[in-house]
Amino acid sequence: MKNAMQSLHDLQRWKLWEPALWLLALASPWLLSTHALIINEIAIVALFAVSLDLILGYAGIVSLGHAAFFGMGAYAAALFAKLVMPDPLVGLAFAIAVSTLLGAVCSLTIMRGTDLTRLMVTMGVAMILMELANKLDITGGADGLQGVIMGPLLGRFEFDLQGQTAAWYSIGVLLVLFVLARRLVHSPLGGTLKALRDNRLRAMAIGIPVTSRLAVIYTIAAGVAGAAGGLMAQTTSFASVDLFAFDRSADLMLLVVIGGTGWLYGGVAGAIVFKVMQDWISSITPQYWTFWIGLFLVVLMLVGRDRLIRPHTWFGGKKS
Amino acid sequence: MLTILFDGIAYGMLLFILAVGLSVTMGLMNFINLAHGAFAMVGGYATVLLMQRYDVPFLVCLPIAFVGVALLGAVLERTLYRPMYSRPHLDQVLFSIGLTFMAVAAMDYFMTSSQQIIHLPEWLKGRTEIGDGPWMLGMGHYRLFIIAICAALTIGLQYILAKTRFGSRLRASVDDQRVAAGLGINVNVVFLLTFAVGSGLAGLGGALGAEVLGMDPSFPLKNMIYFLIVVAVGGTSSITGPLLAALLLGIADVAGKYYIPRFGAFIVYFLMIVILIWRPQGLFVRKGGKA
Repeated sequence: MKNAMQSLHDLQRWKLWEPALWLLALASPWLLSTHALIINEIAIVALFAVSLDLILGYAGIVSLGHAAFFGMGAYAAALFAKLVMPDPLVGLAFAIAVSTLLGAVCSLTIMRGTDLTRLMVTMGVAMILMELANKLDITGGADGLQGVIMGPLLGRFEFDLQGQTAAWYSIGVLLVLFVLARRLVHSPLGGTLKALRDNRLRAMAIGIPVTSRLAVIYTIAAGVAGAAGGLMAQTTSFASVDLFAFDRSADLMLLVVIGGTGWLYGGVAGAIVFKVMQDWISSITPQYWTFWIGLFLVVLMLVGRDRLIRPHTWFGGKKS
Repeated sequence: MLTILFDGIAYGMLLFILAVGLSVTMGLMNFINLAHGAFAMVGGYATVLLMQRYDVPFLVCLPIAFVGVALLGAVLERTLYRPMYSRPHLDQVLFSIGLTFMAVAAMDYFMTSSQQIIHLPEWLKGRTEIGDGPWMLGMGHYRLFIIAICAALTIGLQYILAKTRFGSRLRASVDDQRVAAGLGINVNVVFLLTFAVGSGLAGLGGALGAEVLGMDPSFPLKNMIYFLIVVAVGGTSSITGPLLAALLLGIADVAGKYYIPRFGAFIVYFLMIVILIWRPQGLFVRKGGKA
């Protein structure tokens, strides 16, 4: 019989397969060197998904505008590289700082109202930023921000055309932020977040400061999303208006749900599945791949998303 | 000045017709249906097709769009939507986004991605101008037509809701589903009918708005945000709330795009966020209803 403390510790202990997985991830740009570009993209989307999972899976905040922070980070990193200095790591830190700030401001907007209100407000923020990026001169308008030249990573590794450096860079950042996020969700803060996700009234009653906890997690998630956006801008040397697009937020939500919410690896798994599927389907039908994604979503929701990751409930399972 | 107000009102009325079905279904079943725009698109495309291929007169197309989309809505409600009512909002949102994606890609496939043009009959094409100077009022006949139809529909809906037996059943179901069912109201049938009528109205709105809003396969994605704004701002408990919200949004949008074209859509979103922070349940919420 284990006591409660022990079982909580067990939850956060690193499993044996986890380092193996990350070693495999770090080796992948070298093993699959022709696919380094898509590996890079998967790493970025996975980081973005981890960010959404922090607020959706752990704090229960629905958001259809998470791309706001992604785009903000991307534009911040691109502008920083263009106007101040081309060093990637400093630029990334700047991108994280800017989007964290934006997240802190926006966290005021998600406190009140119903799910619908939150969906609308988050979407509205992304739309406003999209309009701004479209209309301001400094962001290059609808053409996007071009002419971003990145310096070598750590002063030594140049970004190459095959994208191997970029892939390692993105996976490295993903690993660092993932470890931090993992630490966070197993900390007492993470515990209170889960409590208020499950029952906000009770959480309030046992003395959890709901508003400030929500603000903290929203701000952190915004920073992580900004990091993902910064990586995107740095590794593609480009930032465009569609970084803020509604599709991006919707796709992100989809892939977090595919992987399973409230589980950090869910975002990573969802990103891999989604990107590979996107690559595969759009090579068959370039124009209509959204149809199959839509069909997949509808069927998934009708069947129930909990059952996807629990195959033993597929047959003869009782409807919950 | 007055012309802008007029155009704004026409736009707002159109938005109201498009969004009222969404508002009722959301209030009734607590279901966030992001696929509502897809129904409007179906109505719009049906009209375009009927007019171009089969030379059906415009006025005949409108009721066909309404009935056709209402039937489609009824079928989908019965088969796909009903199991989703009891699910969490996240599932509903993803489910309806999936439907929207499918509709957009399917339209793209069957109708090509180019914008469809509707040929209005001659008598709707003109424009009447009254007065002169800054107070000149220019009224496009088509916009006048839209306002007339939408006003008639609004009055009709309000009448049905307030005076008829079906209306009182509907309001009872919105207020408390379980008690309504306990009193012998067949809530499922009420849901089905309301969903069908709501989708039908969206189809009609799509048919009417094809000329004003433009009709191409990305229609549901582009305009759904506006519908949702109307519902979120107007609240889901009455018809007048969404109506006022739609008028406000229409006027703000048209005026914003006219006076400050640099930040046209910006104003609408900004207004929405401010209103929703100030009154998270919507501007016009009835006291005592369930939240």
